[in-house]
Amino acid sequence: MAERHIFRLMLLILGVVFAFLYIPISVLVGLSFNDGGLPTAWTGFSTRWYGALLTNDDILKAAGNTLVVALFSTALSTVLGTLLAIGVEIRRRNGKWLETIIFAPMIIPDIVLAIALLSFFSLLGVKMGLHTIIVSHVVFNLAFVCAVVRARLKNFDWSIVEASGDLGASTFTTLRRVVVPVLMPAIIAGALLAFTLSVDEFIIAFFTAGAGRSSITLPMQIFAMIRFGVTPEINALATLVMAVSVVALALSQRLNKGELPGQ
Amino acid sequence: MSADRRPLLLMTPAMIWLFGLMVVPCALILVLAFFRRGLYGGIEYTWTLENLALVFDPLYFQIFLKSAGIAGLSAAIACVLGYAAAYAIAAMPRRHQPMLLFFAVLPFWSNYLVRTYAWIVLLNREGLIVNLARWVGYEGELPQMLYSEQAVVIGLVYNYLPFVILSCYAPLSRLNPEVNEASRDLGASAWTTFRRVTLPMTVPGIATGFVFVFVLSIGNFVTPALLGGGQFQMIGNLVYAQFLTANDWPFGAALSMVLIAVMLGLLMGQAVMADRASGGKGARDG
Repeated sequence: MAERHIFRLMLLILGVVFAFLYIPISVLVGLSFNDGGLPTAWTGFSTRWYGALLTNDDILKAAGNTLVVALFSTALSTVLGTLLAIGVEIRRRNGKWLETIIFAPMIIPDIVLAIALLSFFSLLGVKMGLHTIIVSHVVFNLAFVCAVVRARLKNFDWSIVEASGDLGASTFTTLRRVVVPVLMPAIIAGALLAFTLSVDEFIIAFFTAGAGRSSITLPMQIFAMIRFGVTPEINALATLVMAVSVVALALSQRLNKGELPGQ
Repeated sequence: MSADRRPLLLMTPAMIWLFGLMVVPCALILVLAFFRRGLYGGIEYTWTLENLALVFDPLYFQIFLKSAGIAGLSAAIACVLGYAAAYAIAAMPRRHQPMLLFFAVLPFWSNYLVRTYAWIVLLNREGLIVNLARWVGYEGELPQMLYSEQAVVIGLVYNYLPFVILSCYAPLSRLNPEVNEASRDLGASAWTTFRRVTLPMTVPGIATGFVFVFVLSIGNFVTPALLGGGQFQMIGNLVYAQFLTANDWPFGAALSMVLIAVMLGLLMGQAVMADRASGGKGARDG
């Protein structure tokens, strides 16, 4: 009898926690489709607020900037992170300091890295803009790509590398024709993860974008808009941004899982 | 090319990147904290301990204490909710657990600003909660919900709860059900079993969750800026102001340095604890 009550209590807890997690974002998504745009009354389904986004030049410019930042930082961090992962896993006996440096970008609070990079660029006299956001995003992105690829390498069959070498392939050929193809699902998963992290990243971009509006990214634009209150346009924009990250990450997760039987 | 050199060659580009754009800039912050602020906001290169002393000036130190209080409260609430949720997920049939966990963590993947904004939609003066109260027939004056300390705590708990669910679920799912049964067979009640058996074995998960929520909250400047209103200041906002508006970089660096020290101390303590816990577990398994 007691077991039954406990099970019911568990269901209740799950209900409360999931309601807490999902009601706020569901309200947001719902309101973005409300014709009147206000939380006071439902005046019918409409996609007009999404249409309004397309005529807002500030938002389009910010979206364009975000895409540039995300694409370049993803490309760079995917190459650097993958090579790092392969190197680290071949080497195996890695010192503690090495592991710490590779792991650090994932746990350093954003604000710390942000002010550190801002001071660094300013003291060097580097003019800040999209390029400084890109190189800064690569710092944490490469760590995440490396982590995803390393997880895949844990059950990598190194004998095929030896086989490739024995058959006369150079190191570079082995890397390109054997190692990378086997790792491809993990590399793509890592790249998708990096892409979303970069699209969503606000604090580091905010500090390393430099003055002026020319290199404003989408999260920076959202932050500026939110400070002035709730509008139906932000609801629509927020819903879109959320959809993009959830889809990309679900895809990344899926790719990775398919290739990792042990997990 | 010697076989030993090849992995180093692969690692070099990324290591240069991390060294140049993470290690050096972070070291720079440490150095900056000991320089004097220039007359017009620049940096004067003479050594001083004034910035560090200013951090412990009551005026600023109380902001530190308040931030720590808010971070501690958020972390504690997140741990209670997160542990309960993780426990409930672990109590469901095994085949449903991965899906439940997936949906518990899904919000964590969406944009941080968007998740915080969702609470502005709910809590603002024309927001859903006020409307709901009116609709139910409540006519009286409603307290200001948005732009308050409570709103900041709610925002932090909301944003970091999935993290705690994950960190608590890991040890809970590894528990051996036979241990629980043994405890019950020996006459312990369900509550006693939970308190004396389950809870002690899953403390490392709670500690991990607490430390991470605390560390992410104490340096946070987005949530206080958005949900706390213009007047509300936590340490993150103070650091932000030194760098972007007040132009007192050395003081900003000194504040960051103390903040980093607190964070590092906690993270290292947590790592040691996790290490010990897994060591102990290994010994039992063996």
